[in-house]
Amino acid sequence: MKVEQISIFIENKSGRLAEVTRVLGEAQVNIRALSLADTSDFGILRLIVDNTDLALRELKSHAFTVNKTEVVGVEVPDQPGGLCSILEILDNNRINVEYMYAFVERSGGNAVIIFRFDNIDEAIRALTENGIRVLKGEQIASL
Amino acid sequence: MIWNDEFETLPREAIEALQLKRLQQTVERVNATVPFYKETFRQAGIVPGVIKSLDDLQRLPFTLKQDMRDNYPYGLFAVPLEQIVRIHASSGTTGKPTVVGYTRRDIDTWSELMARSFVAAGAHKGDVIHNAYGYGLFTGGLGAHYGAEKLGASVIPMSGGNSKKQLMIMQDFGSTVLTCTPSYSLFLAEIAAEEGIDIRDLKLRVGIFGAEPWSETMRREIESKLNLKAIDIYGLSEILGPGVGIECIEAQNGLHIWEDHFIPEIIDPDSGAVLPVGEKGELVITTITKEGIPLIRYRTRDITRLTREPCICGRTHARLERLSGRSDDMLIIRGVNVFPSQIESVLFNIDGVEPHYQLIVERDGTLDTLEVQVEVNEETFSDEIKVLQGLAGSIRKEIKDLLGVTCIVRLVEPKSIARSEGKARRVIDNR
Repeated sequence: MKVEQISIFIENKSGRLAEVTRVLGEAQVNIRALSLADTSDFGILRLIVDNTDLALRELKSHAFTVNKTEVVGVEVPDQPGGLCSILEILDNNRINVEYMYAFVERSGGNAVIIFRFDNIDEAIRALTENGIRVLKGEQIASL
Repeated sequence: MIWNDEFETLPREAIEALQLKRLQQTVERVNATVPFYKETFRQAGIVPGVIKSLDDLQRLPFTLKQDMRDNYPYGLFAVPLEQIVRIHASSGTTGKPTVVGYTRRDIDTWSELMARSFVAAGAHKGDVIHNAYGYGLFTGGLGAHYGAEKLGASVIPMSGGNSKKQLMIMQDFGSTVLTCTPSYSLFLAEIAAEEGIDIRDLKLRVGIFGAEPWSETMRREIESKLNLKAIDIYGLSEILGPGVGIECIEAQNGLHIWEDHFIPEIIDPDSGAVLPVGEKGELVITTITKEGIPLIRYRTRDITRLTREPCICGRTHARLERLSGRSDDMLIIRGVNVFPSQIESVLFNIDGVEPHYQLIVERDGTLDTLEVQVEVNEETFSDEIKVLQGLAGSIRKEIKDLLGVTCIVRLVEPKSIARSEGKARRVIDNR
């Protein structure tokens, strides 16, 4: 139920972002989803790729600071109010969302949102109990 | 104008006779009352009676800041604590500060030397002295204060900060003499301009600036922007505080060091050999009248040269050339002493942070800025922005709490700080 996400520390210097994508491109790693969180001093690039271990190895060997985080991919009805119903379930179960971002591909007729939770196991339980579809890692990668 | 005509214009032979007598007394006393000196003298084969001329001074071992740190807090005091009426402290090379203690007589000596310094700088008892040196453990504030009171002037104990208020008080109270760091004086001029006050029109006549190095160019800038005479003052807490040396307003060319209380030497910082008068090297000072914490041949790490050329002011005490740097890695940032190793110890104490860091010092307009660049590594890297910002914030707070200096902390990518063989280049000083 958990998806592996790569986080990369990026200084606010020109060319760093391009360098990350160049390294991954040369290693034939495909980026499936990404989100860039920024402050005035640095950014954190979050990626879901089709080959997490290869990506980690390549980035580390090019002296990037990276780590792996577990996130959750959730199917969201692709209509107004779709996301709201998901967030209400999380609220009612007192699950905190650290961040989230949308996934480009669709799953069936649904949108897919990637979530980072403070308590991932509780979040998965609460969502599945309420009939929300949580995608498996392999499913996300092959969308 | 001279405060203490008798002593400030003593002929050379009289100064040297006085120095010899006082040196002999000091050596006897520290040998008897300070275990550190008793031991170092014993190891060097020194018997107090060996001092028969001023040339014998070079036979005595040096005292280093490290020795003060090793004897923290009161190990080097030559009197019992009950006789110490004031304790001051300043930056040590790592966490603990260097501590100094003053007997009542030391406070009187200090006040006397500061009074001499005020008069040499062109101040007099009718002046209103605006003291913006920091009051507290730092010797600047209280040192200038007691000297100004001894002089009989009217002292305004402003301490540092609160610049708009400083300007208001300067205007309303009619300050005539300003004491603060040279960069702060320019900062005040800037704030004044922003507030629509022409600082040149205020009653300020003389400024006595120290606690950090400053150039002739800066002097001209200050004199032009503030419309006053800008005078250099020298001091260090280990030896006294401010008032160890002062420029005279007549010459504005070199700092007279009070030779009836201190014996200066210039040494080669690598070999320790005493250099002839006129050659540039590290300043070493021996205190010959201090009671609380007398120091023998203290290595100041300040680079300068001595001159005995007669001065037009009439004072016969030797002059030090304007200080031009240090023989260690200490920085002075907005008047505060900062050792890179102190920053290192802060970083060591934070879990997971590797001490791959660099200090970038700039002068942004008139004030110094310090940027501490710290490499992120896998242990400290968190996927969450708030955690990384928290890390930068706690480093900033630790440095502020420990060193009293506000800095910018910038997290950088690993390996972005150049590695070097041997001693890492920790500091980039762009001032």
